[in-house]
Amino acid sequence: MTKLIIILLSAVFINNYVLSRFLGICPFLGVSKKLDSATGMSLAVIFVMLISTAVTYPIHMYLLIPNHLEYLQTIVFILVIAALVQLVEIVLKKYIPSLHKSLGVYLPLITTNCAVLGVTILNIDEGYTFLEAMVNSLGSGLGFFLAMVMFSGVRSKLDGADIPKSFKGLPITLIAASITSLSFMGFGGVIENMFGK
Amino acid sequence: MQAILTAVIPVVIIGILCAAMLVVASKLMAVKEDERFPKVRECLPGANCGACGYAGCDGYAKALVDDSSVPANLCVPGGEGVARELSDALGVEFAEVEAKAAVVHCLGDCDATEDAVDYKGMESCAAAKMIFGGKGKCGYGCIGLGDCAEACPQDAIYISKGIAMVYPPECIGCGICVRTCPNSLISLHKTTSTTVVSCSNRDKGAATRKACSNGCIGCKKCEKACQFDAIKVKNNLAEIDYEKCTSCGECVKVCTTGCIKIYKLSE
Repeated sequence: MTKLIIILLSAVFINNYVLSRFLGICPFLGVSKKLDSATGMSLAVIFVMLISTAVTYPIHMYLLIPNHLEYLQTIVFILVIAALVQLVEIVLKKYIPSLHKSLGVYLPLITTNCAVLGVTILNIDEGYTFLEAMVNSLGSGLGFFLAMVMFSGVRSKLDGADIPKSFKGLPITLIAASITSLSFMGFGGVIENMFGK
Repeated sequence: MQAILTAVIPVVIIGILCAAMLVVASKLMAVKEDERFPKVRECLPGANCGACGYAGCDGYAKALVDDSSVPANLCVPGGEGVARELSDALGVEFAEVEAKAAVVHCLGDCDATEDAVDYKGMESCAAAKMIFGGKGKCGYGCIGLGDCAEACPQDAIYISKGIAMVYPPECIGCGICVRTCPNSLISLHKTTSTTVVSCSNRDKGAATRKACSNGCIGCKKCEKACQFDAIKVKNNLAEIDYEKCTSCGECVKVCTTGCIKIYKLSE
């Protein structure tokens, strides 16, 4: 149980996918302009991370490893995740239109998001069990959510700030992102000390 | 050769399986798109101004197609022409578009009120609002730095004597300024004769009086004068129920501070 909590917390804070591992930067910069779209995107990411781990983990364990095809991991995972997200979108559109509406635009966007692929591959690399892999995906999604929501707050402040002309737009956004990421470095070592490892 | 085959075959099989699954799913769970949608969307001007109350022209077109109770005359900027095209495309009866124009609910110009602080920050109401709720004595009133004037696509708003004014003939009633104003002072009104409470101050009478000589002090004289029960003082501010108001002008006559006015926005 302690291990699961450690995995969850370190996925959220220490190995935050956006701010520490620098995966999924595209939506982080692209969709974080408004809080509601940032939330929608992050919820879609959490959702997709969970289901893609649930599908790719067994594929790797029971299909790729027995046939010594581990080197096909990346391409198979991309293929499966892309098809899966498409399927989920069709199902949502039919049966849960309200959820489809709120996730709608973001679902296809994250089909091949590197954060999603990163979670599935790192789950395998870390040698997690299935349960641990799911917890790690949840934590990673939550970490993404946290980073998105925090950064959309930072950006709304930036909108009202008097920024020099040469820094307007993307430059100041990137600087703000780097400072936000720097602040997350402060979490390093916290979890180890918390659980006396 | 063997190595290549063992790699290619599983990937191909997975690919075919996924494709088959998607094809079956999309056939089984197809959601019908209304074929009227592109036609309806074509009629709309595409300014995405949001005057209709939906998120852009796409949103309104979707609402029109999905729900037959959505009226086809909500596109104010498009006016009568668009409404007629829409009702043709949808096969519903044509209804007049009620032209609307923006009105600023504040009369706190530099004769009536003054600045409480010497504001030297950004030339933006939203920025000034963040610092102690604006620069003027009245925290509810027009800040006068022209966010609305900048947002207006028609240049129909100008700043005069420290407050925003609308030049009605230019106003297309898109409502962008309504959403821009950080103090929510602007609202849309029908362009025929309309009675407007030109104050948004919800402080008690004495406090309002101190801040601005044109403010509504909540004396309720208008409430008593109204024969139609259309004007009510809520939170120290007169509010008009436009369902009941006939613009008879009785409240305008009795108003102690002169903050109720009748506008004929079409002129």
